[in-house]
Amino acid sequence: MSDSLLEFRKVSVDYAGRGGTVSAVTDVSLTLIEGETFGLVGESGCGKTTLSMALMGLLPDIASVRGRILFNGSDLTTMTESQLRELRGDRISMVFQDPATSLDPTFGIGSQVADTIRAHGDVSRKQAKDRALGLLAEVGIPAAAERYADPPHRLSGGMRQRVVLAAAIANNPALLLADEPTTALDVTIQAQILDLLADLQRRHGTTILLIAHDLGVVAQICDRVGVMYAGQLVEVAPVAELFARPRHPYTRALFDALPSGSHQAGALRVIAGQVPDLAHAPTGCRFKDRCPSRLAECDETPPLAMSDSGASIACWLDPATRAAGGLGPLAIAGESNG
Amino acid sequence: MNGRLEYALRRVLLTIPVLFATSIFVFLLIRLVPGDPVRTMLGIRATPDTIATVRSQLGLDHPLITQYWDWLRNALHGDLGQDFISHEKITSLLSVSMPITLELTILAMLLALVVGVPLGIIVAAKSGWTRRLSNGFVIGAISIPDFWLGIMLVLIFTGSLHLLPPTGWVAFTDNPAQNLRYMVLPVLTLATGQSAYILRTTRAAMLGTLSEPYIAFLRAKGLRQRSIVYLHALRNSSGPIVTVTGIQFGVLLGGAIVIENLFALPGVGRLIVTAISERNYVVVQGGVLVVACLFILVNLITDLVHGLLDPRVEEAVSR
Repeated sequence: MSDSLLEFRKVSVDYAGRGGTVSAVTDVSLTLIEGETFGLVGESGCGKTTLSMALMGLLPDIASVRGRILFNGSDLTTMTESQLRELRGDRISMVFQDPATSLDPTFGIGSQVADTIRAHGDVSRKQAKDRALGLLAEVGIPAAAERYADPPHRLSGGMRQRVVLAAAIANNPALLLADEPTTALDVTIQAQILDLLADLQRRHGTTILLIAHDLGVVAQICDRVGVMYAGQLVEVAPVAELFARPRHPYTRALFDALPSGSHQAGALRVIAGQVPDLAHAPTGCRFKDRCPSRLAECDETPPLAMSDSGASIACWLDPATRAAGGLGPLAIAGESNG
Repeated sequence: MNGRLEYALRRVLLTIPVLFATSIFVFLLIRLVPGDPVRTMLGIRATPDTIATVRSQLGLDHPLITQYWDWLRNALHGDLGQDFISHEKITSLLSVSMPITLELTILAMLLALVVGVPLGIIVAAKSGWTRRLSNGFVIGAISIPDFWLGIMLVLIFTGSLHLLPPTGWVAFTDNPAQNLRYMVLPVLTLATGQSAYILRTTRAAMLGTLSEPYIAFLRAKGLRQRSIVYLHALRNSSGPIVTVTGIQFGVLLGGAIVIENLFALPGVGRLIVTAISERNYVVVQGGVLVVACLFILVNLITDLVHGLLDPRVEEAVSR
């Protein structure tokens, strides 16, 4: 087993609003291994972006973080703003969802790569420019030297996301956070950007935390996947294992809702019910009200426990969870997953 | 780079029809005033003969289109006619009064910018009492009429503190220090309201910009807060600030008319007001034309600066 690069330890994020406190992320514990590509999936509002912003230290003032986020052993939640600033863009980088809005519209694309280099090292303008040109070429911007001073609006969406990636990898970060990097792009460009991401990962050995709501994207480049639902991490599994045997009832429902190749025209399958209101989150498992196999124990929060297959799920149906939670085996056989 | 040059060229060419329309408007303005300018000028005891003579001297007996053409042609050659009362050339009258108005308005605008922009940036990041204080200042400064503020400043700085002269003027070339002393109160009077407008605009623009995703990306790249706010956010907020500055410059030119009269500064505003009260139409016409052209020029500069700061502007114009 390789070293852990990033570790979330019981991380919770609350937003204080006028209508009360919203718990966007609740008790998430997760470890990322150096060099892996980890996919974090879940529907909109499930807390994936909040978790990544907590990691970057870029949450708004109304948010409060509990728990610890360890990066190379040091706790990011106790760092000062200037310590975090030194890490951001240098050891930890981030790519945002929409390349149309991620770049400063008033500056040339090249300088937006060079400024990342200059923010983290005593580098002359000329050196930074040379390195930025190399990076733009590396991410596949044709005629980078001629486009260096072009403002972002002269580039297509895919090209802009390449520039964003060039800026993100400029200082060879250990961890790259990609928050739905392909959602705003059309499908062919999406494939190109994912290829580029996988390629950069291979060449630089960067650990990637990919946030997505598209399972296809995750299947394409991730080694392991975490599934989030309503602020809780409900399942973590190697990608092949998750696609072959989704275990958590939510994950299974999610896969059932995917239109398959043999899907007949007509209504798509949906998960019955509504995502709970996180301002008044129910105690215990947050999926319980929509779960087809609800148990009495579900009012208690199930711990995320690893089973023999390498998958971890947080569900009282799972023997490993029951053992971790100190409960005996399920009384009704056949109800358990398998 | 070509896009920018093209934008600048288009924008410069666009001023030609605007200047043309302005000249027609200024020319017609005097003709639209009820009553005969010559009769008003010469008074009720003027003989029909005198009226006819003055009329032909001014070229008012020609058809309107010929009059306009003559006036425009002369104006393009730098000749705005002659003051009918003092017999001085309008251009030489303006060459004395224009620099005073320019000094007053430019100093007032600079002061307003120096105060308004930094305060707007600082206030944008604050909430609570800082914000309430600035809102109070903005509402107060915008609501207070110029002439009243001017009188109050004179009462305080001259009446009570005996620090500054109340009214009057010394040429900058004669005594720069004394000239600036005379300028302090008029500039302060004009700049107060303007700084409030600029503060409010800067604050609103900065607030909007700071919540943009590219600001989050700049932070994610680890740039220093100072460079994010003063380089990136300010440049992206410059559109509204520059535009408001240009528009407010026009307001300043209007305000200068009141302030020059209040503080007895012999600027263009005072020249025009005096000319209006003396029914000195040639002077009014020339003065208004020059002030209007100045405003058009300021607007041109505004748009060019905007285009220079924000490359997206070129796109909007070429459409």
